[in-house]
Amino acid sequence: MTALLEVRSVAVRFGGVMALSGVDLDVQEATITGLIGPNGAGKTTLFNVICGIRQPTSGVIMLDDIEINRIATQKRSALGIGRTFQRLELFTTLSVFDNVLVAAELAGVNDPRAVAHEQLLLLGLADRADIIAGELPTGSARLLEVARALASHPRLLLLDEPASGLDDAETQQLSVLLRQLKSLGITVLLVEHDMSLIMSVCDQIHVLNLGSVIASGTPDQIQHNPEVIDAYLGAVR
Amino acid sequence: MQQLVAYTVIGLTTGAIYALASSGLVVTYVTSGVFNIAHGAIGMIAAFCYWQVRFEWGWPAPAALIAILGVLCPVLGLAIDRVALRGLAQATEVTRLTATVALMAAFIGVAAWVWPPENRQPFRGFFEGNNVSVVGVNVGWNKIIALIAAVAVALGLRVLLYGTRLGIQMRAVVDNRNLAELNGARPARIASASWALGASLAGLAGVLLAAEVQLNIVPLTLLVINAYAAAIFGRLKSLPLTFLGAMALGLSEAYLLWGQGQSWFPETIGGFSTSGLRQATPTIFLFILLMLLPQAKLRAGAARVRERSVIPQWNTAILGVVVLIIGSVAVTGMLTRSNTIYMIQALIMALAVVSLVPLTGYAGLVSLAPLTFAGIGAVLMSKMPGDGNVLSLIAVVLIVASIGALVALPALRLEGIYLALATGAFALLVSILVFNQGKIFANGVAEVPPLRIPGVHLSQPRPKAIFLSITFAVVGLGLVALRRSALGRRFVAMKDSPLAGATLGMNLVRTKAMAFAISAAIASLAGALDAGKVAPDNYAFDRSLPILLLAIVGGIGSIGGAFFGGMLLGLNTVLASIVPSISNITRVTPGLIGLSMGRNPNGTSHQIATAFRPVTRHPLSLVIALSGAGTLWLLVVLDVVSHWGFFAALVVWGLGIVPNLPMLTIISGRPRTLCLSIAAVGMGVASFFDDVFDAAPTGGRLLAVIILFVVVGNAIRRVHTPAEPTSTSSPDLVGLTAFTAQELSKSDRAIKVVL
Amino acid sequence: MTTPHEPILELKNISASYDAISVLHDVNITVQRGEVVALLGPNGAGKSTVLKVASALMRPTRGSISIAGLDLTGAAASELARLGVCTIPEGRGVFPNLTVHENLQMAVRKGLPISVVQDRAFARFPILAERRTQLAGTLSGGQQQMLSLARGLATEPVLLMLDEMSMGLAPLVVADLYEQVKVIAAEGVSVLVVEQFARTVLGIADTAVVMSHGRVRFAGNAREVDEATLSSAYLGTKEADE
Repeated sequence: MTALLEVRSVAVRFGGVMALSGVDLDVQEATITGLIGPNGAGKTTLFNVICGIRQPTSGVIMLDDIEINRIATQKRSALGIGRTFQRLELFTTLSVFDNVLVAAELAGVNDPRAVAHEQLLLLGLADRADIIAGELPTGSARLLEVARALASHPRLLLLDEPASGLDDAETQQLSVLLRQLKSLGITVLLVEHDMSLIMSVCDQIHVLNLGSVIASGTPDQIQHNPEVIDAYLGAVR
Repeated sequence: MQQLVAYTVIGLTTGAIYALASSGLVVTYVTSGVFNIAHGAIGMIAAFCYWQVRFEWGWPAPAALIAILGVLCPVLGLAIDRVALRGLAQATEVTRLTATVALMAAFIGVAAWVWPPENRQPFRGFFEGNNVSVVGVNVGWNKIIALIAAVAVALGLRVLLYGTRLGIQMRAVVDNRNLAELNGARPARIASASWALGASLAGLAGVLLAAEVQLNIVPLTLLVINAYAAAIFGRLKSLPLTFLGAMALGLSEAYLLWGQGQSWFPETIGGFSTSGLRQATPTIFLFILLMLLPQAKLRAGAARVRERSVIPQWNTAILGVVVLIIGSVAVTGMLTRSNTIYMIQALIMALAVVSLVPLTGYAGLVSLAPLTFAGIGAVLMSKMPGDGNVLSLIAVVLIVASIGALVALPALRLEGIYLALATGAFALLVSILVFNQGKIFANGVAEVPPLRIPGVHLSQPRPKAIFLSITFAVVGLGLVALRRSALGRRFVAMKDSPLAGATLGMNLVRTKAMAFAISAAIASLAGALDAGKVAPDNYAFDRSLPILLLAIVGGIGSIGGAFFGGMLLGLNTVLASIVPSISNITRVTPGLIGLSMGRNPNGTSHQIATAFRPVTRHPLSLVIALSGAGTLWLLVVLDVVSHWGFFAALVVWGLGIVPNLPMLTIISGRPRTLCLSIAAVGMGVASFFDDVFDAAPTGGRLLAVIILFVVVGNAIRRVHTPAEPTSTSSPDLVGLTAFTAQELSKSDRAIKVVL
Repeated sequence: MTTPHEPILELKNISASYDAISVLHDVNITVQRGEVVALLGPNGAGKSTVLKVASALMRPTRGSISIAGLDLTGAAASELARLGVCTIPEGRGVFPNLTVHENLQMAVRKGLPISVVQDRAFARFPILAERRTQLAGTLSGGQQQMLSLARGLATEPVLLMLDEMSMGLAPLVVADLYEQVKVIAAEGVSVLVVEQFARTVLGIADTAVVMSHGRVRFAGNAREVDEATLSSAYLGTKEADE
C-alpha cells in the first residue's frame, strides 16, 4: 500500500492560538480513513489546509509524494482533491442538476451532462434534479454535496460531517455509498461525529486532540485506546 | 513660506470636516455593521435644513444648531435604523448596501424637490466676514470652528467609548454581539444610539462643509467619499487612524491647490489637463487605499442567498422579444416625435439597467459604475473613424469590454462593499479626470454618430426606437443564452458559494473579470447607440445609482425586470411632460422603492408576476380586467382620451387595479385596501402640490415630503409585517378554491410596492 | 442540598433547527434550585444548541422555556440576563478588546455599582485585580474563563449556564475551573454545565443528562452514569465489549 496523502508536521496558528501543532498522518490509497476528535480539535482546519483554503504556518502536504503547499485552491481540484463542507456550501439558487453540472464542467470532463446525471443516480437524487438546491432538506443537501464533489472525479474525497442532519435510512445509504466509492478506488478522508458510522466503515482512524494526532489505528484499536477515551471523556479525576 | 502655512491651515480645517464625517461613519459601521453610503446625504440634508431654519426662517445660530444636530439628525438616524435597516439584519451584504444606496438616492431626490436650485440663497458660515489671524494668516471663523469641533468630537468620542457605560457596551457589541446580549446589553438599542450619533456627526460635517462649498447637492453628498477614504485609512475600526487619514486627505487637497497656483505645476500631463486633480484627490486616495487592502479571504458560511434565480426559458424569452418588437412598432406609430424621443431615452436606460443583469444578477457583484461604461462607449463612438460604421460599433464594444475587465482586475481582490466602493471610485475618477477634459467632450458636448445600416434611417426617431427595441431584444436573448450556458451557471455558482467554486476548480478572478467585461460591453451599447449630442453629465456617478436601484428593484436576475426598471427610469421624463410636478415624486420613489428591498429580495417584477397570478385564476377578475383594457382602447379609438392619457390610464389599470381585482371583488372593506386607497390618493394629491406651493414653497414641500415618507414608510412597514392569516375563503365563492389568503396578501404587497 | 420541586430552569418539548437542519427533537430538561446538572454527549449531539435556546440566543421551533416558573419563551437574551440568568458561551466568554476592568463594567446594573462588581470579582479571583488594566484578549485561557465567571457571578445570578468551559484548555486548568464551579454551587447557585469531557464534570454534578443526535438518551442521578454508557455514547463501543 502507498500513501496517497501525507501530512507532515503541519502547524496552523490563528493569532496566538495553535489550531494545529505538528500534525502527521497518512491516508492510504483506496481506503476510508476516519478523522475524529472532540470539538475544536482542528479537523476542519486540517481539511482547509489540505485543499488550500488556508496556508499552514509550517509543515508540508504531499499528494503522491509531491509537495502541493504552493498550489492554489482552484488548481487542487485538477490534482484530484474534492471535498464537502460541514456548513453546507451548495449553490443554493441553482437546480440540483446544475450544481453537479457546474462541477463537471469545471473539471472539464467529456459530456458533463452525462457525468452529472450519473452522479445524481449514484446518490439517489436523480428524481429531484430540477429542484432548486436551497430547497432540499438537509439529508439530501448533504448527499448533493457528495455528488457535486464526485462529479470532478476526485481521487481523494474529503467529507466533512456528511452524516450530520441525516436520518437513519440516509445514514445507512451513505455508508453503503462510502464502501462503493472505496471499491471504485476513491480514497475517502472522513470527519464525522456519528461513531457507529465511523467505526463501521473506516479502515483506519486518526484521532486529533488539541491540534495534534493522539492515536492512529483500526476502529477496534481506537475504541479501546485509553488515551482516546480520556480525550473524549476527560481525564479521570 | 507664508503661503505654505496658509495652505496648511486650510488643509487642516478641511481635514477636520472630513474627520467629523468619517468618525460618524466608523461609529455606525462598527456597532451596526452597515456601511452607510447615504452618510454624506444625511450631512447634505442637515445642511439644507440648517440653511432653512437659520437663513430662511431667521433663527439664531445656536437654536438652529440644536434643532438640526440635536433633534433632526438623531431622529433621522433613528428612523433610518428602525424603518429601513432593522429588517435587513440577516440580509446579504449586497442587499444592505443597496438599501443605503436607496436612501442616498431618496435624499438627493428630496433635496432637489424641496430646495430647487433657483430658490437657494447663499449659505453663510459662522461669523462670516470676521477673520482671525493665525500665525499671520487670515482664517475664517467657520474653519476655526471646524477645527475646534473636530478636536472636541475626538475627545468626546474618546470619553464616550472608554469612559461611559454606553460606550463600553458599544465596544462590547463590536467585540461579540451575542456575549454582550448575554450580559444584558441590548444590541438593537445600542445600534440605534450609534445611528443617532453618526447622523449628528454627518450633520455637523455637512453644515460646516456647506459654508465652504455652498448648498450644492452633489458635492455635499459626495462628502461620503472623503469620509470613506479616511475611514478605510483607519481600517474601519480605529478612530485615531481615521482622524489621521482625514487630516492627510485635507492637507493633500490643500497642497495640491497650492501647487496648482505655482508656475512649476504642469497644466497638462500627456496632453490631459490636470485641473480636475484636486477635486479627484479624495477619490484617488480612496482608490489607492482600496487597492492596498489585503486579498479577500475565502470564507465558509457566507450569507445565504435568499434571492431566487429562475432559469429563463426560451419560449418565454422569444414570446417577450416578439411582443417587445411588435409593441415598439405599434406604439411608436401612435406617438408624437418628441414622445418617441422620450421612449428612446427609456430604451437606452433599459440597456444600461440590463447591463447589470449578468454582473449583479448572475454573478452577485455590485457595480456603481454602469453609466461610466456607457459614457466611455459614447466617447469612443464619437471618436471612432467610420462615422457610425457597424465595424466601429463592434470595435467600441470590444474595447469597452476589455476596459471593464482591466478596471475590474485590481478591484477583484476585493469583495462586497469594498468592491462596490472601488467601482464607485472608478466612476468618479472617470467623471472628474476624463470626461471633463476638453479633448474628450469639446465644450462639454460630444456628437455620437447614428449607426449606419443600409436602408435604415437611424437618425429618425421612429426607426431608432424600433432599432433600440431590437437591440434590447438581441441583448436579452444573448443573456438568456448566457444564463443557460456553462459560463452563466459558473456566475451563479460563484455568487452562491465562492468557496465551493474554488474547491471545484473555478478561477474566481477570471470569472469575475468575465462578468465585468460582459456587463461593460452591454453598457457600452447604451452609450454608443445613443446618437446625438451627449454631455458628460449624462454619465455622472450619481446617475448610476438609480440604475442600480431599478435593476435590483426590477428583479436583478431577470431581463424583463431590467426592462421594467429602465422603462420606469426613462418614462420619468415622459410622465413629467404630462404632469410637471410628478417628476418630483418619481425622483424620490426609486429610493423609496429600494428601501423595501429587505422585504422583497426577488424584485418588483417577480412580485408583479405573483400579483397577477390570482387574477388569471379568477374568471370574474379576468373578465373585468380585459373588458377594462378594452374600454380604454375604445376610448382612444373614439378620441375621447389622448395617447398619453391612454398610456397613463393603462398603467394605472394594469398595475394598480387589476392585481387587486380578486381582493376588491371578493373581500371588501379590509383595512389594507383602505390603506392602499389612501396611498393612491396621497400620491395623486402630491402630484399637484407645485401649484399649491406657490404660496409657501419650501415649508409646503417639506410637509409634502414628510407626508409622502409617512405614507410610503407605513406601506413598507406593512409589507414587512406579514398580515395576520385571514381565514381561508369560504368555498361558496366562485373560483376561490385556487387561491389562498397568503396569495392575496402577496398580491396586496406587490401593489404597494408598485405604487 | 437539593430542594425538590422548585424548578429554576424548565425546558419543555424543545425542538430547534438551523435553517433546514433540525438539531433538537423534543428535549425536556429541568434544573432544580441549588442543583448542578451536567449535560453530556458527543459533539454534534445538540448540547450547545440546548444552551443557546435556554439563554434565548436562539428561538426554538417548538416548546417552552421557563425560569423560576416564569414562562419566558420568546424573550430576548438580554432580558434573561437581567432576570438573573448568567450564560458563559462556548469558547471564551470575554470581550477581548476591552480591559479586565471594562469587562467587569459590563456587569454593572441599577443598584450594582462597579465598586461592588469589582470587589466580588477580585475576592473570587485575586489574580484579576493584578490584571485590571490589561486587555482581556491578552489573558491566558484559564484567566479569561475566570474573568467571565467573575463577571457573571458578580450579578448574583440564580442560574449559571456554562458551555464547554474546557475547550482548548489544559486538563489541569480545567480541573481548577470546575473546582470553582463546585464552590459556586455550594453557595446555592443552580448550575447547568454543558461538557464534552464527561468524567470531568460527573464528580461535581447532582444530575446528568446524556444527549445524542439531538435527543435526551438518559436523565437521572449523576452517579448512575457509568463508563460503559458513556463510552458507548461517545465512541460507539458496543456495551457487550466491556
